[in-house]
Amino acid sequence: MTGVMTLYQTSIGKKVVMAVTGAILLGFVFVHMFGNLKIYSGPVALNEYAEQLRYLGKPIFGYEQLLWIARVVLLGAVVMHIVSAVQLTLQSNGSRPQPYNVNTRTQPAYRYASYTMRWGGVVLFLFIIFHLLHFTFGTVGYSSGQFVNPHSGVYEVYNNVVYGFLNPIVSIFYIAAMIALGLHIYHGTWSMFQTLGISSEKMSGMLRSFAAAFALVIALGNISIPIAVLMGILPLS
Amino acid sequence: MDLRLRIWRQKNKDTAGKLVTYELPDVSPDMSFLEMLDILNERLIEQGEEPVAFDHDCREGICGMCGLVINGVAHGPEVTTTCQLHMRHFKDGDTITIEPWRAKAFPVMKDLMVDRTSFERIIQAGGYVSVATGGTPDANAILISKESAEAAMDAAACIGCGACVAACPNGSAMLFTGAKIAHLSHLPQGQPERYDRARNMVEVMDAEGFGGCTNYGECAAVCPKEIKLDVIARMNGDLIKSTFLTSGTRKMGANATRTGK
Repeated sequence: MTGVMTLYQTSIGKKVVMAVTGAILLGFVFVHMFGNLKIYSGPVALNEYAEQLRYLGKPIFGYEQLLWIARVVLLGAVVMHIVSAVQLTLQSNGSRPQPYNVNTRTQPAYRYASYTMRWGGVVLFLFIIFHLLHFTFGTVGYSSGQFVNPHSGVYEVYNNVVYGFLNPIVSIFYIAAMIALGLHIYHGTWSMFQTLGISSEKMSGMLRSFAAAFALVIALGNISIPIAVLMGILPLS
Repeated sequence: MDLRLRIWRQKNKDTAGKLVTYELPDVSPDMSFLEMLDILNERLIEQGEEPVAFDHDCREGICGMCGLVINGVAHGPEVTTTCQLHMRHFKDGDTITIEPWRAKAFPVMKDLMVDRTSFERIIQAGGYVSVATGGTPDANAILISKESAEAAMDAAACIGCGACVAACPNGSAMLFTGAKIAHLSHLPQGQPERYDRARNMVEVMDAEGFGGCTNYGECAAVCPKEIKLDVIARMNGDLIKSTFLTSGTRKMGANATRTGK
């Protein structure tokens, strides 16, 4: 383990932490998005999915056990991702005490994603907090009586989602956050391959395309839901 | 053509500098950027003023000594060294801002000259191969595939000018260090010390005060030798492997030297 700690002390080691925790989070957002698409199969399918999720890993794991393990792992990944990002940002900020009077970016506009990683990350962190308060706890964004907490034993997840997105301001915020997520995932996925030393001259083009496709799938899959609710494709049940 | 130059003037390491504006008429488009500065300096000397100090040596784009940030871009608007940049890339009446490389690890010594010995210290940490002395080795005794030779040569093209650091929003030296590590990492001669080299050079790079890499790609875009970001991936891979290989398995590289794999 001393080897791992020495690695972590280097700037590249901190990047490796970001890449590995990022990979865990990428896996989560993909599964989360894919699960969410069950909303198109109707209220019964989505509510059943929400209920079955709590029996994940049955019969080895009991009620909500695997779910809680996943939550702890995800929380740990988020914390390590943020701590490493802050440490690297501080190191970079200290590397140029005297700024340039004229500073021109030579990179084309499509590399915009790379310039939004840090503030984009802050936006995503705030989004996660809102998202939990909204769909998990139902404490924000609902009129009274709209949100039914699954812990009551009644699974009305479908209606929770539809009520939530019928508020256009909430929907617009979600769509904006998913665009930020797409940009973060695009640059983050490619950077992950680069940091882990997987990328090479032959593969970098392919890996960049994969990152773009992955980011698009996640962003569009999630964005489709508030749009479908606002267009009336997904009515209240 | 007539130019207005805004040039960073700084007396020495310990004093603060500032941009000073000079009018320079009658500049030929055939001049190189450094020749244009030579003309400016001759006029300054005639007027009894202190000439602008800037680094230069071979003036043919191979030594890595020159380097200026011109209108916010390291080495200016063309992908080449400052000495190989010509004034035909500018227009009559242009205002050109000229600044030194800016990084904590590259302190300004005077005007546009910076101290790049931090790069030397990174090289000293592992940018070499240890060879036993003796007779000259036979040619082609160690076979190297064309693929490896090309990759090593591409990385070895680095002239250590420091434009990558100057251009990087993080002030990172990863492209330089990556090029030096990748160059030897692709060759059989570099195998015995491969993973220790990566570890040692990265540690010195961090200690010198360079920033981390966030894959902006600004470095590769300005590199006069067109070194690609792949060298950074190679360095990262070697550093990660150095963590998980015991010193026993690291020695396996020595066999690769003999077999040429």
